[in-house]
Amino acid sequence: MIFFLQMLINGIVVGSIYGLVALGFVLIYRASGALNLANGEFVIFGPYICLMLMTALKVPFLIALFITLLLSAILGLVVERLVVRPLQNAPVISVIMATIGLSSLLAGAVHMIWGHSTKTFPPVFPQTPVNIGGIVVTPVYLWSFIVVVVLLIIFSIFFKYSKIGLAIRAVADDQQAASSMGMSVKFVYAATWTIAAIVAAIGGVLIGNINGINPTMASIGLTVLPVVILGGLDSVLGAIIGGFAIGILQNMAGGYLDPLVGGGLKEVVPFIIVLLVLMLKPHGLFGSRGIERV
Amino acid sequence: MRNLVVRQSGNYKTSYKDDMKLFGTFSDKVKWITLILLLLALPLFVSNYWIGLITLCTISAIGAIGLNILTGFTGQISIGVGSFLGVGGYTTAILTSTYGVSFWVSLPIAGIVTAVVGGLFGIPALRLKGLYLAIATLAAQVIILFVISRWDSVTGGTAGMVLSRPTVGDFMLSTNTSYYYLSIIILLVTVLYAVNLLRTRVGRAFLAVRDRDIAAQIMGINLFYYKVLAFIVSSFFVGIAGALLAHYTMIVSPELYNTQVSIQYLAMVLIGGLGSVFGSVLGAVFITLLPVGLSTIVDFLTVYMPEMYQLLSAFKEFVFGIVIILFLIFEPGGLAHIWMNIKKYFKLWPFSN
Repeated sequence: MIFFLQMLINGIVVGSIYGLVALGFVLIYRASGALNLANGEFVIFGPYICLMLMTALKVPFLIALFITLLLSAILGLVVERLVVRPLQNAPVISVIMATIGLSSLLAGAVHMIWGHSTKTFPPVFPQTPVNIGGIVVTPVYLWSFIVVVVLLIIFSIFFKYSKIGLAIRAVADDQQAASSMGMSVKFVYAATWTIAAIVAAIGGVLIGNINGINPTMASIGLTVLPVVILGGLDSVLGAIIGGFAIGILQNMAGGYLDPLVGGGLKEVVPFIIVLLVLMLKPHGLFGSRGIERV
Repeated sequence: MRNLVVRQSGNYKTSYKDDMKLFGTFSDKVKWITLILLLLALPLFVSNYWIGLITLCTISAIGAIGLNILTGFTGQISIGVGSFLGVGGYTTAILTSTYGVSFWVSLPIAGIVTAVVGGLFGIPALRLKGLYLAIATLAAQVIILFVISRWDSVTGGTAGMVLSRPTVGDFMLSTNTSYYYLSIIILLVTVLYAVNLLRTRVGRAFLAVRDRDIAAQIMGINLFYYKVLAFIVSSFFVGIAGALLAHYTMIVSPELYNTQVSIQYLAMVLIGGLGSVFGSVLGAVFITLLPVGLSTIVDFLTVYMPEMYQLLSAFKEFVFGIVIILFLIFEPGGLAHIWMNIKKYFKLWPFSN
């Protein structure tokens, strides 16, 4: 039972980070109809900067985090301006391929600047484990869960009430109608890429605090794809629920089934789930169907 | 029109039959025959090292044409090519190394097995579109690779398997040149097949599905049949390419077929030009030779910056990304389009602008 609960807790924590990274995918998909396959590189870019500031320049964590988010925002803006905007009217496959190219480019840059070795964060959160009803939880896990939940609440409010949030939703719904109502599609694009980059950086810093960082961490960009597909590409709620679902199922499968097949199931299970879900519900659990006209 | 020097300066086709002709003019025929003869005579002129590289290019081109049938002709995005190459490679590895089947039998079987696997993973394509389909094929990639690396008793697990070069009677195709002839002949057959496919009912149905699948369905095209067929035909060629590659490098192991490979093939098709057979060949050559070219540049630079050598792999990745992005932004039609423009220029010369 304890093992089960431990797996469940691990699943929820990992799932909350998945949800956060998935949110970046959903934001960009909603605004521009593209899938940002460079999201994984956005995720690792943040913690590297943060770590560099903390270790090389001895900047306190919170200030380092702030600068990191600022730089990530700039990265998002630059990418939007140089790569995404020229492809605004290009077919989907071109945009996907451009983000794949972007991921290769960023990965190459990260390798060249920071090398291949794993780097660990200096302890930011308290180290003593917290005991909740017999289950041991590291404070980092607890903090990431709290941060994710707070961020998700902020984003729900942002989309519902703020002017920019409403504009993003309007552009996602119908680009032409939105621009004829006086909304700047360019501004909305820039805003979504900036926000997505910031969200990715926060997710990255949290993961960095849990596991340390190395370039292979960018694979989270692919691991999170099943999450967005499960939840539905255009649903914020779906991203969060999908994140928890995949996180929990993955940890359960890893805990219970791995000994049977000899490991490695953690990476595959999300994709098996996705294939099954897609067979039954082609637009994910919460994705909108969309009516096609000829 | 029997004059070799005089070229058509415009479109003089008056019937559909004319338009569908494989070789429009006499000079077209001469051109192709010359090109084929040149390709066959190539080993006489270039070094063994280059023949090896060109063999890799031709094998990639077969796979790229396969992918182009799916992505370029039928409009179904696939990020799972890497694993399909793996299915082809492992099929022939298991058949030839474990069961002692001849290469000439196992090559078509590898194609057929890959086609069946591709068809199975193509079934979701009926209900999935665009991005969702891309993810489904990515799922195929991850799942197939997982099966390959865990099914130790058959595939040898992560260690992989060792293969031998094919033989004709007592003669073994152990040299680069002999293997080059094998792969170039298969490439020529593939090109002929793909070009002809476009001229048939099936090919036109593929194009219709790509352009607007719902409209195509209204016109009486069975979407399920043609989408799955596209996956099958495409995977067949990818499987053949995988088998050829396996016998060329004489080794198969899971990490040779990862997502990176899928992305490379997608890049070949995109940089070459979506929906263009000739473009796929150009794209395959370009992507295969790009790292070679970069290595040369890096070798040159190490004279001035010794630490450059350690950055080689990262530098390759970096440039690969830049090249893809630049192509997508500035020449979405790919190399095939550039080639067309050059041709157009000379067609109207000296009046071209």
